[in-house]
Amino acid sequence: MTTVTWDREPATPRGPGTFLSVRDLSVEFSTEDGVVHAVDALSFDLQKGTTLGIVGESGSGKSVSNLAILGLHDPTQTKLGGEIWLEDQDLLRASRSTMEKLRGNRIAMIFQDPLTSLSPYHTVGRQISEVYRKHKGASRAEARARAVEMLERVGIPHARTRVDDYPHQFSGGMRQRVMIAMALVCDPDLIIADEPTTALDVTVQAQILDLLKDLQQQFGTSIILITHDLGVVANTAHNVLVMYAGRAVEQGTTHEVLREPRHPYTWGLLGSMPKLSSNVDLPLLPVRGTPPSLLSPPPGCPFHPRCDHRQLVGSDVCATERPELSPAEGHRDACYLTLAQKREIFDGKIKELL
Amino acid sequence: MFRFFVRRLIGAAVIMLIISAVTFFLFYAIPRDPARAFCGKICSPTNLELIRHNLGMDDPLFVQYWHWLTGIFTGRDLVQFGACAAPCLGYSFATQEPVFAAILDRFPVTVSVTLGAAVVILSFGIVTGMIAAWQQGKPLDKIASTSSVIGASLQIYFVGPLVVFFVVDSMGLLPRPSYIPFTEDPLGWFVHLLIPWFVLSIIFTANYTRMTRSVMVEQLAEDYVRTARAKGMSSRTVFLRFAWRGAMIPIVTIFGVDLATLLGGAIITEQTFTLHGIGELAVRAVQNTDLPMLLGVTLVGAFAIVILNIVVDMLYAVIDPRVRLG
Ligand SMILES: Nc1ncnc2c1ncn2[C@@H]1O[C@H](COP(=O)(O)OP(=O)(O)OP(=O)(O)O)[C@@H](O)[C@H]1O
Ligand SMILES: [Mg+2]
Repeated sequence: MTTVTWDREPATPRGPGTFLSVRDLSVEFSTEDGVVHAVDALSFDLQKGTTLGIVGESGSGKSVSNLAILGLHDPTQTKLGGEIWLEDQDLLRASRSTMEKLRGNRIAMIFQDPLTSLSPYHTVGRQISEVYRKHKGASRAEARARAVEMLERVGIPHARTRVDDYPHQFSGGMRQRVMIAMALVCDPDLIIADEPTTALDVTVQAQILDLLKDLQQQFGTSIILITHDLGVVANTAHNVLVMYAGRAVEQGTTHEVLREPRHPYTWGLLGSMPKLSSNVDLPLLPVRGTPPSLLSPPPGCPFHPRCDHRQLVGSDVCATERPELSPAEGHRDACYLTLAQKREIFDGKIKELL
Repeated sequence: MFRFFVRRLIGAAVIMLIISAVTFFLFYAIPRDPARAFCGKICSPTNLELIRHNLGMDDPLFVQYWHWLTGIFTGRDLVQFGACAAPCLGYSFATQEPVFAAILDRFPVTVSVTLGAAVVILSFGIVTGMIAAWQQGKPLDKIASTSSVIGASLQIYFVGPLVVFFVVDSMGLLPRPSYIPFTEDPLGWFVHLLIPWFVLSIIFTANYTRMTRSVMVEQLAEDYVRTARAKGMSSRTVFLRFAWRGAMIPIVTIFGVDLATLLGGAIITEQTFTLHGIGELAVRAVQNTDLPMLLGVTLVGAFAIVILNIVVDMLYAVIDPRVRLG
């Protein structure tokens, strides 16, 4: 059973035009070693027709939080808390059949590895058309015609014949297009793309991202784009959420977060990104240390053991008390440094290294 | 596809050649003289020599093997027994019946026992394994797992008489196991073989229950199964259409490996229920040091396994479009 802790009223303030609203989401896995706190008190909003980029190191809870939106966690070992509002429906408390009707229909997911994520045993046409038949009640012939149309839309040449091919007969980029065609077949309102281009080379990557952008402009789709690649975020996302150890540490518009980053972890992320333009002799600045164990996350700020600036805070509040995101609206981050300190450190030390 | 068959059939021929040669030469490592069996109680050395000659046993080993081998295709004239038409596998030293005819005669019994048991094993094993996987951790799963452990530890020659005692002797639910040709009386064939099928399948079914459960659980964690769920497919569709497809591959693989064991089990089953199949021939041939019969039975067994393995490989290609025969 999915256990849901319901500790407050569902009436949650949401901005106008907010399409998806995640409130205090927590995801815990019971494992043999103990409870993994994969996501902790995560909140974010997504407006209609916009793209939210979610970035963070491997293991920061990006996939886990988005699988929770679709309700894809194994209920026997997962404990979910908080609320996930899609318009006026709380997805965490929706029935199984409600969720089955939403998945693939209003919310679609594009997974990272299209080779393992597509069924090797069914033709791409069948995999695309079965979604359409399931949700739109289309006939076999209609659904097949729709599959061909979708393959054409995502730029697969000779779609009419390729519809009967199996995934292994496509190249990596083409497979990812198939994946996208499958996600789009029911004209979803929300697409969750979990590292959709990680496995692809840069040219194909750019084509796929352009494709998503075009679709967004045409159909007003909202997109959550999970990625390691800040370059991708800069090009495609309207807003950015930086995650660390299952929590949001900074969020704001893409411009705010990438141009005036405030959280030391975001600085680290930006510093560890190689740049074509930079001098090859300049070292990259990876974040020192390793991500914390999610079995027993450190008290206080989860980033404090790796933070280079905590002595500026004065007291040891970093190690004892968890910083909240502030301010309440707009560009926010969870760090005890004052805004002036952050600006000074960034302008003085960090900026030149980026 | 054509090339696949040509290659596999050549391979099959080579394997059978090797198996027959090994059996042939191993047999001669046994210090026993089959000619003596024909010679009677008062056996003069001249007489023995004559019988040896008539059996072709005074030729060098390789020549004897060659004669045996060519006999399969051209027939041969065995002075002791008379002419033997192709495919000639010789005459039994023990019963003097032609080996090929004897095998042909008993073949339907063994095929019936083995195939019937295979159907029971696969259908029951897979169905209970699927139920266990579907009900993971719930009572039905535990029942299936426990009973499969018990089943796997049972023995045919122990369970067989027990089942006969209760089901046939005490309760009279089923007739005593025997073989009735399918062509004569299909229903009788079925009813009389139910107990052998059940007994032979117990051990294997248990294995297939456990295996099906574990491969299904594995498949359910696969990315493509998660994708199917993310598309809104119902749990039942995900289970039966997606996960099941991937689970069939390891099951077919293991079944291919188990075929030989299953044939061995069929021999024990035939013995347990005194069904007159190939198993009986094999056991008797070993007891009597009956070379022609032993070779014949070995060859037929190997032939069956080789052919069934080709079938298994073809099944792969049917299940998984990534597999190309060639
Ligand atoms: N089913 C599970 N059981 C236990 N722990 C899990 C499970 N799924 C995920 N985790 C843990 O939750 C944490 C967050 O995982 P998640 O997959 O969300 O990371 P991510 O941010 O998507 O990383 P990546 O960039 O590598 O995809 C990881 O530490 C992972 O080990
Ligand atoms: Mg991930």
